Amino acid sequence: MRRSLFVWIGVMAAVVAAAGLGAVVLSRWLASGVEEPAAESGPAPVDETRKIKARLFYVADDGVHLVPVEREVPLGATTADQARRIVEALLEPPPSPLLSAIPAGTRLRALHLTEAGQAFVDLSAEVRSAHPGGLTNEILTVYSIVDSLTVNLPGLTGVQILVDGHEADTLAGHVDLRRPLARSTFWIDEDTPR
Amino acid sequence: MFLPRFRLLIAVLATSLAGLSLHPHPALARQAAGARPAQALTVILPQARTPLPVSQSGDQLMVALDDLAPLFGLTLREDGIGGGLVVTAANGKRVLLTPGQPLASADGRLVSLPAAPARDGGRWLVPIDFLPMAIAPVTGTRVEVRRASRLVLVGDVRVPRVEIRQQEAGGVIRLTLTVAPRAGHQVTHEGNRLLLRFDATALDPVLPAVTPGPLLQGIRLGEGPATIAVDLGPRFGSYRASAATHDANSEVVVELVPAFTDQALPVPPPSAPAAEPLLNLAPPRPSVRTVVIDAGHGGDEPGASGPSGALEKEITLAIARRLRAVLEGRLGLRVLMTRDGDKTVSLDERAALANTNKADLFISLHANASLRPATRGAQVYFLSAAGAGTEASRVSLASGALPTLGGGSRDVELILWDLAQLRHVDESAAFAAILEEELRGRIAMNVRPVLQAPFRVLAAANMPAVLVETGYLTNAEDERLLKTAGHQDLIVQALLHSVIRFREARERGITAAPASSPAPNPSNPPAPSPSRPTP
Repeated sequence: MRRSLFVWIGVMAAVVAAAGLGAVVLSRWLASGVEEPAAESGPAPVDETRKIKARLFYVADDGVHLVPVEREVPLGATTADQARRIVEALLEPPPSPLLSAIPAGTRLRALHLTEAGQAFVDLSAEVRSAHPGGLTNEILTVYSIVDSLTVNLPGLTGVQILVDGHEADTLAGHVDLRRPLARSTFWIDEDTPR
Repeated sequence: MFLPRFRLLIAVLATSLAGLSLHPHPALARQAAGARPAQALTVILPQARTPLPVSQSGDQLMVALDDLAPLFGLTLREDGIGGGLVVTAANGKRVLLTPGQPLASADGRLVSLPAAPARDGGRWLVPIDFLPMAIAPVTGTRVEVRRASRLVLVGDVRVPRVEIRQQEAGGVIRLTLTVAPRAGHQVTHEGNRLLLRFDATALDPVLPAVTPGPLLQGIRLGEGPATIAVDLGPRFGSYRASAATHDANSEVVVELVPAFTDQALPVPPPSAPAAEPLLNLAPPRPSVRTVVIDAGHGGDEPGASGPSGALEKEITLAIARRLRAVLEGRLGLRVLMTRDGDKTVSLDERAALANTNKADLFISLHANASLRPATRGAQVYFLSAAGAGTEASRVSLASGALPTLGGGSRDVELILWDLAQLRHVDESAAFAAILEEELRGRIAMNVRPVLQAPFRVLAAANMPAVLVETGYLTNAEDERLLKTAGHQDLIVQALLHSVIRFREARERGITAAPASSPAPNPSNPPAPSPSRPTP
């Protein structure tokens, strides 16, 4: 009686262990040849070679518009990660003849998404301290970031720019940054060649 | 003894592998989880609307490709060898799907889907996002899925989201309709209801829960395809409607004013004409008596600078002083300056000075800069509330205090101070249009002469307000001109004539004074689009 109890316990333990192993093996086997879908949470490793095509915004020839330029950006594992990669790509010095509206040396400190789809983009102090000033420059700086995010990630409802971890009034004395800004196609010129 | 136990183990193991599957692959789980039928979505096409059956699988709404095929002109073909599915659009472009893979190849471009396509009997189910992510780019058709309202918009249809909020103050019920994207509208009073008809294919409404009261009985969708009906109660007297455009959205405010029946209030003679406004918040005769001139930047904030060293803060102060002299000397106006020296003044202080002194006009003077040295010319700006979604308009009615100098506050009906400008946007647009005309005859204008943007300094100004960019300091010719007294005088003359024309228009009631249109006139003021005024 006692012996058969031990046997049963042994059998059940083995079953559970084997089933777990079996499930892992099974899932690996089923997944072979299937690319793992990006997990929605947690730092899922992403194949750095995978890229998406994103429309990033640069200063148009007329100096008062933004022009979209399709560029390759690394695939992000999550929406927040994708947003981060889009901003990082935008902050890189662009190849000639593209002209970035964002002061050189600006770095992305952090990027957070809220459940309501608002992105908080925390930029290093250079975005303000190295800003050349002038309303048009400021508008194009702000909307190259807002539109690069909201055009490529249509789920985003708004973008608020933070400077050095803090909420900012303005970058150069004009554009109100105290609330998230929605996408605005008003500054985009699809027709102006670069 | 060992062998039978081993056999037992194998048997149990086999059972667990076949049926128990403790950690199945996610894609497999989605396939295995039976999709439950869910409430159908409504597809809105330019000429028709049709239901689209969907099923719920986990957190995904799944739709059968068979149901999509007639809507988008797709043909489906199973790929016998690869086990995949080829979806071909009428233009020949193709989408490739593989079962179990949450990916699609749309005309050669890889699209990541939120769930893998699954087979349900003889039908293929795909997540609803397959429409905007794969079908839309391949067919070249606009597709928008609105989950909350269970709508799928296809092609060139206008289905603005209309969010209605209700507030009550002083017996007046104020309904604020945020229309996104903006659509033209008409308000008509028919019997015991108000009808708001929108220029749209259909509406995507968010209606408030209304407790039936003496003034307002309910808010519902009207009979037309894009109509909202406001059911009025027995105490309804009159209404006022006004509209403003904020970037892509518009905001319609309808105020329901009760008929006077309280004994405490003077009883109007029974024969009083109904057209007389019962509550007039606007000043009796708006004019222009006090002007605040805001010389941009100053002190620690030089603003923009030019290649030969001109500073924005110096140019703006020089023009501001000349403008003050002519407005005082030639028009006899009361003129206040936000700074009269090289001083750092915060943006809040600038608006507060104008609010405290009940200024009738706020003119902010600036000089611009561009990364392109060839960019030149003057521009006139007024405020747009470009807040995300409806957030900006939602808070605009939350509080009623404006900052005044010295730290106090002054109550203003129902407008949050930092968005006080919203109610004056129509008049600001009118002044901007006049100023653009006057400048154009005198100095070079930019290719984009009148613009709207979310300005920090204009937002809190509780009066018509514009921001003038007098030229581009980064352009050598503009910089040279802006430093000369002659050019500065041309700008001052344009401003002087604009103030004169604006004052005349205001005194004759031509500019859109806020909330003064008498009921029951359907009020549909033109959007303050950057355009020239009608002569």
